[in-house]
Amino acid sequence: MNPAWAVIFLTVLCGAAQGLTVALLMAEFVGTGHATPGAAHRFFMGGALIALALSVGGLIASFFHLGRPERAWRTAAQWRTSWLSREVIALPVFMLLLARYAWVHAGGASPATILMLLLFAAAFALWICTAMIYAGIPFIREWSSPLTFINFVAQGMAAGFVLANLWAAFAAPRWVPIYAPIALCLIVAAFAVRMMVLARNRNLRPQTTVQSAIGIQAPKVRQVAMGAMGGTFNTREFFHGKTAQVMMGIKWTMMGLGFALPLVLLLAGWGMAQVLLVAAALLAIFLGQLAERWYFFAEANHPQNHYYQSIA
Amino acid sequence: MTVLHNPIATPTPGAVTEVKTTTCYMCACRCGIRVHLRDGEIRYIDGNPEHPLNRGVICAKGSSGIMKQKSPARLSIPLKRKPGSARGDGDYVEATWDEVFETLTTRLSHLRATDPKKFALFTGRDQMQALTGLFARQFGTPNYAAHGGFCSVNMAAGMIYTIGGSFWEFGGPDLDRAKLFVMIGTAEDHHSNPLKIALSKFKRSGGRFISINPIRTGYSAIADEWIPIKPGTDGALLMALIHQLLKHDQIDHDFLRNCTNAFDIVGADGLTRRAVPEEASPERVLEHLRTRVADCTPAWASEITGVPAARIELLARELAHAAFEQSFTLPVQWTDTEGVTHDHVVGRPVAFHAMRGLAAHSNGFHTIRALSILMTLLGTIDRPGGFRHKAPFPKAIPPNVKPPNKWGDIQPNTPLGGAPLGFPANPDELAVDPEGNPLRIDKGFSWEHPLSAHGLMHNVITNAWRGDPYKIDTLMIFMANMAWNSTMNTSQVRTMLNDRDVEGNYKIPFIVVCDAFASEMTQFADLILPDTTYLERHDAMSLLDRPISEFDGPVDSVRVPVVPPSGNTKPFQEVLIELAGRLKFPAFTNADGSRKFKGYTDFIINFETAPGSGLGFLGGWRGADGTASIKGAPNPNQWDMYAKNNCVYHHVLPESQQYMRNWNRDYLHQAKEWGFNGSLEPIRIQIYSDVLQKFRMAALGNWPGKQPPEHLRERVAHHFDPLPFWSPPLELAVTDAAAYPLNAVTQRPMAMYHSWDSQNAWLRQIHSHNYLMVNPKTAQAEGIADGGWMWVESQWGKVRCMARYTEAVEPGTVWTWNAIGKSKGAWNLDADADESRKGFLLNHLISEELQIGGRSMSNSDPITGQAGWYDVRVRIRKAQADEPAESSPQFAAQKRLPGMSLPKRIQQYFAGKAA
Amino acid sequence: MTQLALVIDLNVCVGCHACVTSCKQWNTSGSAGPLVDENPYAKDPTGTFFNRVQTFEVGEFPNTQTVHFPKSCLHCEDPPCVPVCPTGASYKRAEDGIVLVDYDKCIGCKYCAWACPYGARELDEERKVMTKCTLCVDRIYDETLPQAERKPACVLACPTNARLFGDIHDENSEVTQAIINRDGYQLMPELKTRPANHYLPRRATNALPGPLAELIAEARL
Repeated sequence: MNPAWAVIFLTVLCGAAQGLTVALLMAEFVGTGHATPGAAHRFFMGGALIALALSVGGLIASFFHLGRPERAWRTAAQWRTSWLSREVIALPVFMLLLARYAWVHAGGASPATILMLLLFAAAFALWICTAMIYAGIPFIREWSSPLTFINFVAQGMAAGFVLANLWAAFAAPRWVPIYAPIALCLIVAAFAVRMMVLARNRNLRPQTTVQSAIGIQAPKVRQVAMGAMGGTFNTREFFHGKTAQVMMGIKWTMMGLGFALPLVLLLAGWGMAQVLLVAAALLAIFLGQLAERWYFFAEANHPQNHYYQSIA
Repeated sequence: MTVLHNPIATPTPGAVTEVKTTTCYMCACRCGIRVHLRDGEIRYIDGNPEHPLNRGVICAKGSSGIMKQKSPARLSIPLKRKPGSARGDGDYVEATWDEVFETLTTRLSHLRATDPKKFALFTGRDQMQALTGLFARQFGTPNYAAHGGFCSVNMAAGMIYTIGGSFWEFGGPDLDRAKLFVMIGTAEDHHSNPLKIALSKFKRSGGRFISINPIRTGYSAIADEWIPIKPGTDGALLMALIHQLLKHDQIDHDFLRNCTNAFDIVGADGLTRRAVPEEASPERVLEHLRTRVADCTPAWASEITGVPAARIELLARELAHAAFEQSFTLPVQWTDTEGVTHDHVVGRPVAFHAMRGLAAHSNGFHTIRALSILMTLLGTIDRPGGFRHKAPFPKAIPPNVKPPNKWGDIQPNTPLGGAPLGFPANPDELAVDPEGNPLRIDKGFSWEHPLSAHGLMHNVITNAWRGDPYKIDTLMIFMANMAWNSTMNTSQVRTMLNDRDVEGNYKIPFIVVCDAFASEMTQFADLILPDTTYLERHDAMSLLDRPISEFDGPVDSVRVPVVPPSGNTKPFQEVLIELAGRLKFPAFTNADGSRKFKGYTDFIINFETAPGSGLGFLGGWRGADGTASIKGAPNPNQWDMYAKNNCVYHHVLPESQQYMRNWNRDYLHQAKEWGFNGSLEPIRIQIYSDVLQKFRMAALGNWPGKQPPEHLRERVAHHFDPLPFWSPPLELAVTDAAAYPLNAVTQRPMAMYHSWDSQNAWLRQIHSHNYLMVNPKTAQAEGIADGGWMWVESQWGKVRCMARYTEAVEPGTVWTWNAIGKSKGAWNLDADADESRKGFLLNHLISEELQIGGRSMSNSDPITGQAGWYDVRVRIRKAQADEPAESSPQFAAQKRLPGMSLPKRIQQYFAGKAA
Repeated sequence: MTQLALVIDLNVCVGCHACVTSCKQWNTSGSAGPLVDENPYAKDPTGTFFNRVQTFEVGEFPNTQTVHFPKSCLHCEDPPCVPVCPTGASYKRAEDGIVLVDYDKCIGCKYCAWACPYGARELDEERKVMTKCTLCVDRIYDETLPQAERKPACVLACPTNARLFGDIHDENSEVTQAIINRDGYQLMPELKTRPANHYLPRRATNALPGPLAELIAEARL
């Protein structure tokens, strides 16, 4: 597939928002140990607003994916069958709950448990919807796996907890030593999940072949001409057109910025509440996840590509 | 669910729709079309179901006619080279039509009054030759031809000189009744939709289709068997098949005896005479043929062709099996020229088809003779299931149309006595003077190319530039891209078009180009005449020319305008009629000196081949009341009748006249009556060609009349063999085959063949550029990657292009789609368009001349002058990594001409929205 | 229940692209149009087409088959492109099984194209809506046309009659009979999309009946 930048930003930004939300709710349940309730409220409200801002960013990005954004309001119509439709519902619900949660904290009150449970559920529902958009296409083998969901959650949680760590350094220092090791663990976990995805994809056998694509069972079948020489939607949308070297570079960017560098930076800043290092780790993880999501699209092989291999 | 966009409702309620019929001209096929207009704009063009040729189907080109109409490459105003600018600079200013006609009348009337041969008219299109040829004839210049010389004249001449008809629009395979169909070489480009219709029916009814071709594309793709063969070697295969059929006596003895000269006796002078019945003689033609093919064994042919000997043997058996074991009769009563009435015709259900693949080699004439003789041995000429003629063929061998043959035939202010082109029957009918000097600028019908029935358009520019055999003044080119894909040695020909002598005068003093589009040729014109499209004009597909006849009878058709002309364009036909009137050609002038014809439509209706002959351009609805067929007085309502009847007229012959027409008494009477053929004599198949023998006699000094010049005696004696033979193409003799180990040929893709305006917004998305198609083994041996840049070089030039691996080509051949590559900026395409940046033209590698015996001679068949453009030998190598990723050679960008529109970046064609 | 479809006979398709441009010209001025052409006279010309003819090579020289392969929307009976559409713009008509896009509802999110394994959908880059073969729904019910012409433009154009059109649920229809008698098959059946369009395979006449059949079979080996 040709990675869609709008969707990359949407999923990375929202994923971080969802992860941050989970981190906030965790602190909410455990308790922040703030000296004053006001400081705790500020922490939660601020965190929620950050998550909301990220979600809004994701939502805005998503509009760039649409050919006719003015008709976006129609997208909720098919929630019975379409995971995209469901995502379109889940995201605003998540954002509304986040806003409500922030509002309650802004008012100096503690949110009702049910609100927090709903928010938690919405974050996960959004992950399910987002992941199922991809995992629900059975013939894109790279995506059609529970790992897609697990990976989205893992990456979002890692980013969200690093972000929580950074926010806590400003607004809830007591939580820095709690968030930091969890973030570390989540980065390791996200790395492990991503490795599993890569390993799985490496061993994937395509479900379809050029033989089944045109229905001719012979050992050697190859396309000579796709019937269009100046490119088509099919060549633009489903091929990234990047060389193996570029792909390798992006994979290592994902590894280095997404996992290795943030790990090193967090460890380097261990116990020092080193804000700059955590911020750098966050920036690295953000860039790394953009690479990760780009790679997620690029490594997906669409069966339609059997029909678009050669021009003559 | 609620649907907002009603998919069934018309998007233009209230629009005015209209359907008009006319005839397609997106290629040479000439299908009947219906043009559907919405508010005056073309909604769509579909095949006319009522039309006998295409019966409702249409091809990719025909379906893209809208984009031709809307093309930004269209010329819209007459243009003259800007005063002070040099030819080739591409600077033009608008001219008025009055100015155009005055300029031409002044110039041409002077030439006509002084030296008419200094005017040369060459047309790319060869389907209005009845008019263009008449114009040249009336002008009095012999320098006229269409593109047949580099297209397929070998096919026309090879078969017409043998069986009196030919593949082309003049005859074809009867696939409705054939059981075995053998197609040799590329043959997709004539009569294409009817052949596609027939091929599909043939396959579905269980027929077997064998394709013999170096390349498996086009129709060959659906062949039941593909037999790869090396280019230019088909003649050897055909000779071996004849060898096998004779060896096993699998020949149609009755047919040979009654319909051919197989049993004639070859006399001491090498000419045949009729044998008395049952006279056995070793001098029988058939015995000569047997001797000729004695050494042409399958093993011999296998060496040459690359086809396994066993396969050749089996193919001969397959042919014989189909012809004789699958034979059938039809209860059709007919009478032969001896007056004997037969109650049936015999079907020999083996049909062949061939076209340019055989023709475009310098050994093509004899190859096609061999094919004709193979078909004759199988008894499958104008019989059901085999080859069938189409009116106006068959004609006498050779047809009684002769080119001028002495300087005295070319006189100031005097029409030629006959057509400029024809079919010489003996050396005295050549267009040469007694010293052997050519009368024609292209040296057609000279000793270099005696039977060049279609002329040698491919040598006109080189000859005119060199002044050999003489200098000309005005070269008028209609619809031919002689500065690009319709010329060989393209780069140098472009230089010649601009070249000047020491005084600074252009070597070709005045060039007039008439075309609907800004092609590569227009930039070399001194005067550009903007033509209309086919949808904007009248046209006649005449029985005097190349009609669209069916096996069962003559068919002609017309075009009528369905949309008004664009800009200030004028149909070329109107230009010719206007000029003919102004130049006061006898056939176009009344006794009182006034103009005879108001315009083209008037001319088409009222012109008669001779006063009162009743024969004219169109055969339908003749006679004052419109009831006469083919022959009758002019009918003033003839155009209306065509327009009301799908623009086509189909005269179905009685069944008794549909077969065995070479020997069919009633048909021959009818054909004479209609002026198709001048004689009632049976048209006996010339297995042994006395015509060829007469030229050989001249070469050997045994002919009382014209003799070839000394340096050509051996060449003529060798090639004018009365029996077919195979020899390698001429180019091989001047090529180091080890240095240039590969053959390079071209084909035209089906979405573009025979269309001269391949810059078409829809079609160019299918083929925007071309690759050199190479067998992977051949490419890998040179380290050339699939899709990689490479050089292909002949001894005449080199081209950088991209490679595409293909398993559908024999490893000794490389090929490409022809005429996709364009010169930068031509056809109003962007300077960086795929066609010029990535596409290429193989013509740069092909020479129009060869050095033979120390002299420059056309790289053409020594008999017919057919350009040997499938003969080129090449080598390939990988392009270096630091070379630019663009094709080579590149040329300076052509300028946009005044009156041309700016091409759109985004096009959303929707008919009728503007209204 | 009716399921209209095309049955494409690869045994007679010569790859002439008549179906490609006849489709284009019908549809660009039809209810699905206009279909854009970008860079129509510049480099990389690219436009919206509902139908393409592709060329494949099977085997190695000299045993090569050149297969021309027309491809358009297959109007799956279980079309994966329909349920994924968030707006309902992509739908399958109950009355005839044609899969269509409602251009006034489509938001151009391209998800349906992702969900189509056949690459049958093309986003019109100017109108920014998804487009695809409509089986000429604006022709086949047009009562102003003669009955014989109420067929998709590609079917009427095809010079080799390689495109059959009809109801594959009607067992007496020409298309159903062709599928049964000629071993019609579906593309990528493993994906369980149940394409309505079928293809008829190559079927060579290896020899005319008679004593040569065996010899030819041997010669081909």
